[in-house]
Amino acid sequence: MFGKLTLHDIPFDQPIIMATCAAILIGGAAVLGLITYLGRWRWLWTEWITSVDHKRVGLMYIMLALVMLLRGFADAIMMRTQLVLAGGGHLGYLPPEHYHQVFSAHGTIMIFFVAMPFVVGLMNFVVPLQIGARDVAFPVLNSISFWLTAAGALLPNIALGVGEFARTGWLAYPPLSELAFSPGVGVDYYLVALQISGIGTLLSGINLITTILKMRAPGMELGMMPVFTWTALGSNMLIVASFPILTVTFGLLMLDRYLGFHFFTNDAGGSPMMFINLIWCWGHPEVYILILPAFGVFSEVIATFSGKPLFGYRSMVVATLVITILAFVVWLHHFFTMGAGADVNAFFGVATMIIAIPTGVKVFNWLFTMYGGRIRFETPVLWTLGFMVTFVIGGMTGVLMAVPSNDFLLHNSLFLVAHFHNVIIGGVLFGCFAGMNYWFPKAFGFLLEPRLGKAAFWCWLIGFYLAFMPLYVLGFLGMTRRMNHYDNPAWTPYLLVACAGAFLIFGGIVLQILQLVVSIRTWRSRRDLTGDPWDGRTFEWSVASPPPVYNFALTPEVDGLDAYWRAKGAARSESPAYEDIELPKNAPAGFLLAFCAVATGFAVVWHIWWLALGGFAAAIAVLIASSWRAHAEYVVSADEVADIERRGRITAGSPVCIRA
Amino acid sequence: MSVMQMASGEHAPARYHPATRFGVTGFGFYVYLLSDAILFSALFAIFAVLKGATAGGPGAQALFDVKNVGWETACLLTSSFVGGLAMLAAEARRRLPLILSLGAVFLLGLGFLSLEIHEFLGMIHAGAGPDRSAFLSAFFALVGAHGLHITVGLVWIILLLIHVQTMGFSASYRRRLFCFSLFWHVLDIVWIAIFTFVYLLGVQS
Repeated sequence: MFGKLTLHDIPFDQPIIMATCAAILIGGAAVLGLITYLGRWRWLWTEWITSVDHKRVGLMYIMLALVMLLRGFADAIMMRTQLVLAGGGHLGYLPPEHYHQVFSAHGTIMIFFVAMPFVVGLMNFVVPLQIGARDVAFPVLNSISFWLTAAGALLPNIALGVGEFARTGWLAYPPLSELAFSPGVGVDYYLVALQISGIGTLLSGINLITTILKMRAPGMELGMMPVFTWTALGSNMLIVASFPILTVTFGLLMLDRYLGFHFFTNDAGGSPMMFINLIWCWGHPEVYILILPAFGVFSEVIATFSGKPLFGYRSMVVATLVITILAFVVWLHHFFTMGAGADVNAFFGVATMIIAIPTGVKVFNWLFTMYGGRIRFETPVLWTLGFMVTFVIGGMTGVLMAVPSNDFLLHNSLFLVAHFHNVIIGGVLFGCFAGMNYWFPKAFGFLLEPRLGKAAFWCWLIGFYLAFMPLYVLGFLGMTRRMNHYDNPAWTPYLLVACAGAFLIFGGIVLQILQLVVSIRTWRSRRDLTGDPWDGRTFEWSVASPPPVYNFALTPEVDGLDAYWRAKGAARSESPAYEDIELPKNAPAGFLLAFCAVATGFAVVWHIWWLALGGFAAAIAVLIASSWRAHAEYVVSADEVADIERRGRITAGSPVCIRA
Repeated sequence: MSVMQMASGEHAPARYHPATRFGVTGFGFYVYLLSDAILFSALFAIFAVLKGATAGGPGAQALFDVKNVGWETACLLTSSFVGGLAMLAAEARRRLPLILSLGAVFLLGLGFLSLEIHEFLGMIHAGAGPDRSAFLSAFFALVGAHGLHITVGLVWIILLLIHVQTMGFSASYRRRLFCFSLFWHVLDIVWIAIFTFVYLLGVQS
């Protein structure tokens, strides 16, 4: 009846896990209770869950990322404290089988369920507003993408309390991840969760490429697109080109595990190294999927707060596209030690170093944009400056490892761990936080509290250096990654500093939560009535904050780069001729599909085949039923548009943009 | 060309304009098909790597029946031609020819699928299932992925046959038919690659 699932699969004997689960369950129940108490279910359903508005979908992506950041960070703190306690003959408080799950879950969650939804959320929210579009190309599909991502994010959290998560590291290399060596359900949870969210990401990529290439405002040639939109285009092209490889690779590993195929097994001709090649054919582009939009955020922030056009727009675009292409010819640098031979390693080493060139172009462009500008040091600018210093260091340690002979020494050491945290925290995450502070007033109609935001930045920045610089040293001292305990007492002081850094970052996170709470409580005094609080250059600042559901009452006409900036001086028509606007209706398909996906995924993990078949059939039924929607649009009449626009000019925004 | 002429816009390139609904949907579907092409490329690459990994089990020459594959190919190519006729019928807004041709596409696709399942079952019964060797794993995954796509296509045809009754030749219906037609043609192209690289080169070597 319940497949492999029994009551013994709930780890009642693990106090840490049980306490966490209890906290999650109580917290979840409290949230649900609060919604019921406030009578907000209908509102939640119509305004958020079934919404196909790209702004709402984008914000839900970001909320998912923020929640999952807490989960991933809890894992990080556990690892750092464990390593402080587990030196010189001590074993620490996490037994190896638990510790292995913690680092696997940390990596999986941070990349797939924090960085990805954050970046995709920003693109979803900003891109249509920047290109003068009313929504993305396929709004219902967009909602489905989000909900599949959310469904994928739920599964590793179910794994926390029911069964176990993978103990294989965040990419589940075979043969360790094969059935022979990982007979439990951990790897299955991992595979199923990432397959579900991967499909969501792929669909989102298709959606945004189509939006950017086919739905820009009249007159906006490619060479007039804001740089964030360009980087979003590069990022989404990489998504469409690389995520199918991920789907295939995980699909084949599932066939190995479930049906006894021999793709990556040690016997019957299977090739584990083929998995590692395939996964990095996806994995390296993935790095650029994350970082390109962050580059875009920094470009927008720097230009806006320097009060100057971005220096070298064309070179920025070319650098973005060069990075997009080079992303596909460097994957082997993740495993120089495979032994492909000197020629192959040299090719991939050189290709890797070449990527430093377009990246360097970008850094110089940002510097020259600031040069001679009247810079306002708002929170987004601090994140950008922190990024520029930190990312350059991370990039340089990357070039160090791009030399294959160095890599043989540093492979799988803490030097590598320090390097990729250096670029992912200092690049992607700082970019996301810069973007969050920058576009928050656009999304909600009021500004985030600046002092707490700046304090959070300093905690993150100093905490980052404290936490990761010691890891570079530890790498040189010979400490490998994914180590549960060690006997070299010389490592302990460095690990102590790293742990202190992690706690400082925790302080930064607390301050960020506080910043949100304080800002929401005092939103009336922080309102953005202009729609353009930063004196921005791109079209998202030309509409009210928060933007009306249709974004643009009149489609903007574009005649060049930074068209909004140049139009600011011009007079606005007092009584523009509005027209009826057709908008997509809400659709529950995404939420329902997510429900089916979680049920099916859980059933597949535990071999509950009746539920798997039922869930899958239900998902197909939802898809088929939604193909019957004949009238998927509703009309906002010209009078209503005029009314909304008039109100938007007088009062913009409320804290949770709840008014329909 | 003088500067004045350019300024007057006489020879200037057309100004960018957002696409129509049909253009947006068609383009989006093309992008999806590209992602599908990458999915199949990965499977082809894996097949190429594992082709020789028979682990002492049967190889391509012993297993593949070119006659059966020939019939499969005939079914699929004919179905694509008939699919083109369905598009013409929709263009002319003639319901009966559309239903007949879509029905023929369905039957031909079903024929293809039955031949494929027959082949698979025969191999599994002969002890040459996907768990026998890495080569057979790769074969079943690649050809099976194509077969799964055909199955999805068959379900899609049923929906198209129902929807032409409920929706008629609405803009929405024509978009769907257009996407289906693209989908079916791409599966043809993938099949031609499978036919060549898996079966023909397989029995030759």
